[in-house]
Amino acid sequence: MDQFAVKVFVRLRPSVLDPAGEATKSASIKLGAEGIKSLRIGKMIEVKIEGNGENEVREKIDLLCDRLFANTVIEDYEYSLEKL
Amino acid sequence: MDNFTVGVVVFPGSNCDRDVSWALEGCLDITTKYLWHESSDLSCVDAIVLPGGFSYGDYLRCGAIARFSPLINALDDFVKSGRRVLGICNGFQILTESGFLPGALTANKNLNFICDDVELDIVSSKGGWFNDGGEKQTIKLPIAHGEGRYHCDTDTFKKLVDNELIALRYKNNPNGSSFDIAGITNEKGNVLGLMPHPERACDEIIGGTDGLFTLKSLMLK
Repeated sequence: MDQFAVKVFVRLRPSVLDPAGEATKSASIKLGAEGIKSLRIGKMIEVKIEGNGENEVREKIDLLCDRLFANTVIEDYEYSLEKL
Repeated sequence: MDNFTVGVVVFPGSNCDRDVSWALEGCLDITTKYLWHESSDLSCVDAIVLPGGFSYGDYLRCGAIARFSPLINALDDFVKSGRRVLGICNGFQILTESGFLPGALTANKNLNFICDDVELDIVSSKGGWFNDGGEKQTIKLPIAHGEGRYHCDTDTFKKLVDNELIALRYKNNPNGSSFDIAGITNEKGNVLGLMPHPERACDEIIGGTDGLFTLKSLMLK
């Protein structure tokens, strides 16, 4: 069995308003940071997972992302995968 | 024949289960039974309420973890049998997360937790959940949520409109919901999800009785 470290990024779809991102953008400007055009908040999920090769692990991660980690009505996801 | 019994589902973190039970038993004389979320035997109840609260601490997303409970797995057959399911607040979030209702619920536009009474227009009485036969087309119910902003895309909205699935719309949209939507039904009409709390409007002494009709309609066949 191979072991992989996976980093999943879940983001609100561009069409979905992100009020927490807007509030953080506003605070960033109050802090004095200049030039911020957009700020949106997502989630990063780290998973260590075993499987017989990368393809099998990708299948498992796809299922997890699609059914649990992200709500695809409002969120997109992508992930990177590193063999340990 | 046994009494008509409404199952009130209890998840870890539910906090409106007793309010719902009180409203059904105390105000409407309807028998209730608490159903622990790990139960998958729904044969003992005739209708189900998914109450408000913070199931599983709202971890990941509101309703996202509850969706995988044995009870929600068993809900598919229950809904297909035509029996009625009412999801209130967190219950509505669970119904969208689990795909019984379209769309999703996310953070309020102003990020505030809003606790208030709101005016609602009855848009459709599909499933008989609301009384739109009389003069009163508007009702007032309490809301209490931080993540009640209903979101759907325009295709879904068109489907909701074409099939008369929008049950309630806010008169003065408090949370930024798409198209002012406060509650929707499934196509068959036997599943209703709404952010407002009808169980908190069942007695004049606590501010109104506009929630009685919806709770009573759990008994419709």
